[in-house]
Amino acid sequence: MSGMDTLMTDDTRTIGDTLLDVKGISLSFGAVKAIVDVSFDIRKGEVRAIIGPNGAGKTSMLNCINGFYHPQKGTITYKGITRSKMKPYEAASQGIGRTFQNVALFKGMSTLDNIMTGRNLKMKTGILSAMFWRGPAEKEELEHRRYVEDIVDFLEIEAIRKTPVGRLPYGLQKRVELGRALAAEPELLLLDEPMAGMNLEEKEDMCRFILDVNDEFGTTICLIEHDMGVVMDISDRVMVLDYGGKIADGTPDEVRADQNVIDAYLGGGH
Amino acid sequence: MEDFLIEFYFFLEVLISGLLTGTLYSLIALGFVLIFKASGVFNFSQGAMVLFAALSFVGVQEKFGVPWPVAFVLAIGIMVVFAYLVEKLVLGKLVNQEPIILFMATIGITFFLDGFGQTIWGSDIKVLDIGIPTGPLFLFDTILIDKLELFAGLVAGLMVVGLAIFFNKTRIGRALRAVADDHQAALSVGISLKTIWVVVWSAAGLVGLVAGIMWGSKLGVQFSLSLIALKALPVLILGGFTSIPGAIVGGLIIGAGEKLAEIYIGPFIGGAIENWFAYMLAMVFLFFRPQGLFGEKIIERV
Repeated sequence: MSGMDTLMTDDTRTIGDTLLDVKGISLSFGAVKAIVDVSFDIRKGEVRAIIGPNGAGKTSMLNCINGFYHPQKGTITYKGITRSKMKPYEAASQGIGRTFQNVALFKGMSTLDNIMTGRNLKMKTGILSAMFWRGPAEKEELEHRRYVEDIVDFLEIEAIRKTPVGRLPYGLQKRVELGRALAAEPELLLLDEPMAGMNLEEKEDMCRFILDVNDEFGTTICLIEHDMGVVMDISDRVMVLDYGGKIADGTPDEVRADQNVIDAYLGGGH
Repeated sequence: MEDFLIEFYFFLEVLISGLLTGTLYSLIALGFVLIFKASGVFNFSQGAMVLFAALSFVGVQEKFGVPWPVAFVLAIGIMVVFAYLVEKLVLGKLVNQEPIILFMATIGITFFLDGFGQTIWGSDIKVLDIGIPTGPLFLFDTILIDKLELFAGLVAGLMVVGLAIFFNKTRIGRALRAVADDHQAALSVGISLKTIWVVVWSAAGLVGLVAGIMWGSKLGVQFSLSLIALKALPVLILGGFTSIPGAIVGGLIIGAGEKLAEIYIGPFIGGAIENWFAYMLAMVFLFFRPQGLFGEKIIERV
């Protein structure tokens, strides 16, 4: 956040080359098919949404991208490198950050500490130095603390810095979780239903933060939602999943007009 | 009046001796807590680790004739290698299994370690002497304290404070607490479970080594050291399985409680209650606070 120009408009945003390319992946758990032969891509700098009814395979898709699941078929290419079985912490170290559908914060820890864990990969101090030679370790801690404070300001959560997150209302927890993901300075940010369970005002706040992150830091965003509403307003491109398969992909307007999508959402198709 | 004072000094002696023994229980309980917090594994092999670490410490001294500080560093090295192998060969293969399965795995580790330690270093009772002061010390000329107990208590206290700082104030400590809270979320911010597990098992190994040296100086290094670790169980029940302060306070309560009970309750029921008093206390305690003094209370919404 520091050193970034704050006033940029949509027009200055540039959407670049393909950042992530998913080709023909299928994922099943026993007889249950979660994802069936889906291909799509995410371009640098865009806001990409994946929508679909409950159980359509949206979260499974995110889990494949950041390495929690490994699809049985197909390939995932990130920044030009096609990977075999990548582990979640490897995905994190290559710049893929994420939040979870059911907020997965460290409930006993304060807001600051939670966001500090996001800096984990940026910190270098080893075990020995942390134990015996506190000088450099403390200096490093302070530097990262400064970065974290910037995020806290950005997300407007100064007042709850020291509060154990378990005590915060749901909407704020979601915000802290976003902060933790941002702390890692991700290139690709995966948001799993960032607005679920929020009231209108909280949803608007969250939309604003997502757009700001995309604008100001140039972070590529891939978000999941199951209701079409707000997503259509903030996304550049939308992919629609249903029963594990892709039924539409394109700009919000294209998707909105797609007959398959209308059927899936109104139940006409099944 | 004179009689009363003597009685009172005697009470203090018993209490202090109990508290000092208690710090050693705390130290061993801490080993359990660290591993339980970070991986949800109840590590049955903590006792075997105490014995193995102490055996390695004495064994290295005997075999290579090195001074004890060198042997201490080497023994730490051995425990770190052990931690690495446990992760690599056992726990790493059992990720996402039920806690009971992980528990069974640590029972396997226990018996392996007991046997392996004695195969390498021999099974006879070994004398451990690193020049820790022994003999009586009189506080205010009246209260008798065992120097070894005092020293052990101080060292254990320092270790506990050191570990508490390490786990509360450093990056790795924060990562450890993160892992303890939510595995998936920890992975998503790039914390490697592997590294954290090796760190906590190493820390438990270090704690075991120090405890082994202290108890070993008292009793000699022998098989019964691995049984002392069982005393950590009532400590954990009192303090809660996930709480570092709980391990400390629980250890002190058990240590002082069993000594006082032996002296003041023992005579009425035939004595020798020190061996089982701690377990009874823990059991009664379970009726009232099953989550322990500092444990997290689990409230489930129905």
